[in-house]
Amino acid sequence: MTIEPTMGKPNQQVFSDTLLEIAKQNENILVVTSDSRGSGKLVAFGQELPQQIVEVGIAEQNLIGISAGLSAGGKKVFAVSPACFVTIRSLEQVKNDVAYSDRDVCVVGISAGVSYGLLGSTHHAIHDYAALRCINNIDIIAPADNFETEQAVRALVHHPRPAYIRLGKRPMPNLHDPESTLFEIGKAIELRQGTDVTIIAIGEPTAHAVEAADILSRQGISCRVISMHTLRPFDKAALMDAARNSRAIITVEEHSVCGGLGELCASALLQEGIRIPFKIVGFPDEYTINGDQPTLFKHYGISGEGLVATACELLETCKSQM
Amino acid sequence: MNTNELLLKSIEYRKTILEIIHHGGAGHTAGSLSCVDILNVLYNKIMDITPENFDSVNRDHYIQSKGHSVEVLYTVLADQGFYPQDDLFKGLNQNHSKFIGHPTRKVPGIEHNTGALGHGLSVSVGLALAGKLNGHTYRVFTLLGDGELAEGSSWEASMSAAHYKLDNLIVIIDRNTLQITGRTEEVNGLEPLADKFTAFGYAVRQVDGNNVEALSNLLSQVPFEQGKPSLVLANTVKGKGVSYMEDQMVWHHKVPSDEQLVIALKELDTAKLELGDV
Ligand SMILES: Cc1ncc(C[n+]2csc(CCOP(=O)(O)OP(=O)(O)O)c2C)c(N)n1
Ligand SMILES: [Mg+2]
Repeated sequence: MTIEPTMGKPNQQVFSDTLLEIAKQNENILVVTSDSRGSGKLVAFGQELPQQIVEVGIAEQNLIGISAGLSAGGKKVFAVSPACFVTIRSLEQVKNDVAYSDRDVCVVGISAGVSYGLLGSTHHAIHDYAALRCINNIDIIAPADNFETEQAVRALVHHPRPAYIRLGKRPMPNLHDPESTLFEIGKAIELRQGTDVTIIAIGEPTAHAVEAADILSRQGISCRVISMHTLRPFDKAALMDAARNSRAIITVEEHSVCGGLGELCASALLQEGIRIPFKIVGFPDEYTINGDQPTLFKHYGISGEGLVATACELLETCKSQM
Repeated sequence: MNTNELLLKSIEYRKTILEIIHHGGAGHTAGSLSCVDILNVLYNKIMDITPENFDSVNRDHYIQSKGHSVEVLYTVLADQGFYPQDDLFKGLNQNHSKFIGHPTRKVPGIEHNTGALGHGLSVSVGLALAGKLNGHTYRVFTLLGDGELAEGSSWEASMSAAHYKLDNLIVIIDRNTLQITGRTEEVNGLEPLADKFTAFGYAVRQVDGNNVEALSNLLSQVPFEQGKPSLVLANTVKGKGVSYMEDQMVWHHKVPSDEQLVIALKELDTAKLELGDV
């Protein structure tokens, strides 16, 4: 069923609301923060469940090491810190103490992607998929909207594995009908059906993919949209189905074009022997311009309009190849 | 610059900081106000850094490790002639502008890109060490937040600073006792801080970090000891100069409303008038 997007809350707000509700019933859940409870919308959590929050100060490496230790002591840990720091500064702790040592820690990257727009590159996380994809044994999830976020948090509570969830700062449009949609970690969700072109999206750009599909459909172009909310485990079947049943594929992500969703799809397709007109939309391998998230999205074509243009160009190449 | 002139400068800087943050709609207000007097004394009295010598290596260097307080740095650099102050009104926090929320080398006068806490001290150690290796006489000044000290890298760098006997390195701690979540001592206790720095090999001095005269006197004595890095524990008030912001956690990155700005500027103008009477 197709729903018209209504405006929801910031995904990180949904994360903290959901976790608070669950943690009230489960005292084994611990949130660990690094002077980050304000940005993580966890002030209420800290007030209501002071015994279930551990503060380590501005020390992201320590944050992840301590979280791994708390997990070794039997706690179910959510380590919450800006995505830009927790996936790079703490990367060795994530690699060795969480992933390699197989600890039940959920690393929660808040204000992810370019949520922090004008705070600049130090505060952007457009490297995290790449950094984590080449580390074995950590699941990677980036919900598109409030529904996916809530479902992911509920699933992660019962997911005793290393995981990373990436959450943004801006209110997100609701893309799913909660009644009829099934969310499962590692299982892509089809948001729009179509056969001319498929847009595979992850995280906050997914709303723009839906917008593009709706514009394209008014132009007589049928565009499938897949919400690929989980990068690992990767839903290869959804990709292959799109490749077999549409004429072109676009991927879109709030990430560098290096090492993210797009390159993952490209590699999977080539290795299956599939050649299809294909375009990765994301941040190019250069200094980004300075701007807030909407400005950056627009500039780099992560927008309804931008994706429509990309789709039309790709479909032109399909014609010329025929 | 005499003490009265420095006092006047601090007031002018505080006004500009508030105005550009209000105008740009974003900024780390209280942390900028807490270290105004430090940057004032450094740039107007202590350091040899000018638009004319900026491209040469053998001049003093300043790395602001607490990069979030970029508004004070932008304000002081404009006053030093690196660019017109008007650029800040046009540019702070604007799309496509170089005056973003953390220091970058795209802005004239800025030495190093900071913003992720816990980097500036290591880079300053490297820069000071290069000075020693090259036989240069320059000094490296760096400013850290107190909450920032939770980053282990600060302590790694401190060990290197002492190990390499970097008496050309001056580390200043903006000890305003607040970070985002609350008091440093409640978030992640730092005390006894002076003892810790002494144990790490610094020559440590404490000072009222909002007193330009005390700062001038102290900073003109660096290095405090030959063969040791200097550390200034500057006791400051976060939000200093605006009554309703002083020592208030909420002002970390809050922007004053129109009415709040008017009140703040009025308070600062009153302080200026009182100075005139001295
Ligand atoms: C590595 C890193 N972690 C977290 C942050 C987010 N952050 C920005 S300012 C700040 C608080 C800084 O407190 P303090 O060092 O005491 O600075 P001040 O009080 O002078 O503003 C935090 C946590 C950051 N910029 N860098
Ligand atoms: Mg502080």
